[in-house]
Amino acid sequence: MKMITFARRCAKEILRDPINLAFGLGFPLVLLLLLSAIQASIPVSMFEIDTLTPGLTVFGLSFMTLFSATLVAKDRETAFLQRLYTTPLTGRDFILGYMLPLLPIALCQTAVCYLAAIPLGLTVSIHVIDALIGIIPMAVFNIALGLLCGSLLGVKQVGGICGALLTNLSAWLSGVWFDLKLVGGFFAKAANILPFFHAVELEKALFSGNFALAGTHFWPVLLYSAWITVAAVLCFLRQMQKQ
Amino acid sequence: MQAIKASGLVKRYQKLTAVDDLHLEVMQGELFSLLGVNGAGKTTTIKMLTCLTRPSDGDATVGGFSITREPEQVKRLIGVSPQETAVAPNLSVRENLELICGIYGFSREKANARIRELSGQFDLETVLNRKAGKLSGGWQRRVSIAMALIGEPQILFLDEPTLGLDVIARHDLWDVIRLLKGRVTIILTTHYMEEAEALSDRIGIMKNGRLLDAGTAEEWKEKAQTADFETAFISIVREAAE
Repeated sequence: MKMITFARRCAKEILRDPINLAFGLGFPLVLLLLLSAIQASIPVSMFEIDTLTPGLTVFGLSFMTLFSATLVAKDRETAFLQRLYTTPLTGRDFILGYMLPLLPIALCQTAVCYLAAIPLGLTVSIHVIDALIGIIPMAVFNIALGLLCGSLLGVKQVGGICGALLTNLSAWLSGVWFDLKLVGGFFAKAANILPFFHAVELEKALFSGNFALAGTHFWPVLLYSAWITVAAVLCFLRQMQKQ
Repeated sequence: MQAIKASGLVKRYQKLTAVDDLHLEVMQGELFSLLGVNGAGKTTTIKMLTCLTRPSDGDATVGGFSITREPEQVKRLIGVSPQETAVAPNLSVRENLELICGIYGFSREKANARIRELSGQFDLETVLNRKAGKLSGGWQRRVSIAMALIGEPQILFLDEPTLGLDVIARHDLWDVIRLLKGRVTIILTTHYMEEAEALSDRIGIMKNGRLLDAGTAEEWKEKAQTADFETAFISIVREAAE
């Protein structure tokens, strides 16, 4: 109950910030419309809606990192978190309270992306549900990464690292905008080591109903998600003790 | 009966000893003020007593529970208003108060009753539905203190509660604190001598992490052989051994 109360507060703080809504929902939709318009004007297949949309849903998750990191960093920088540390809330209540509200927000963002893509020509099938469920591990990765960054960094640093660096990493090393095989070399190797490319491929595979391919990309995403969550929990508890 | 008993509390940060061998007893219902110049160790003492930071040595009981071994029980008994205003900015004043009620497990009826009571006490009725982050500093501080009180604490820690308040707001807050006297044990830190003198049952003066002594304002004045408390404080702090 204590945790739910705190989680509700976190959800309200995030959803009542108009900048969060504009970036979290607005930006992926603007990209979807813009890239679809570009695709309609060029003769080659670059931004096909059926491959672009799953990729954009993964890219959109990078904003979840920004949201959770900003919230935790702000709470740390003001005395608000210090006040709550003197209440019966436990470390577990704080961690779940910060992470859980962002999961439905991430799922809503993904669903909105798919819904917005339907009028643009997205192939509608039951596999949209698979893709929606399949995004959960990457959503957890992004939310936990936000908790980790928020526990270690200040609000300004969070803006730079999560707002600029991570969104760019997620954009360039995910293969949303171009085929990484065409670039090859170190770039492709780096993308293969990080989770973003695997998350996009997982989402594309689930959306197209190719579960065998989805299986190969599922494990790297799940492993990244698990270890970032463990790191985030340890860092949060450490900074809590340092108070 | 003792509400707080500190025995040899020490807090070290690498080479700096912020609080050094603190022994303190505060009785139930007493308003005890901790005074000292910046860096004297007041806030660190409060942080240890509220389980925010673990002592490097020694222990204390708060409401009969050890701050090192039973922090969960201690946290159920205390309310804290930190030095900085501590409110959730995008939540309304009512939602901020409901948040604390929820954390302490109050039923909806009890939460509403407490919100009504505290709103009356702190004149918050007119701002209950406004976002806390949009209020002036004075109002935010009122909300922050109301949040410390809404959980029905047995022991209340007020860390410089009137810092930044105008003279009217400060006196209004003094009235609220006077209303609580006797019912709630209050530990107050302040830089305003007149505040400590007007409100406290006893005053402890700290310097360089050590508690010099504790007594009533009259006892301190007598000790320093001065007519006013501020002069007594200055004389005692200056004369105390480094």
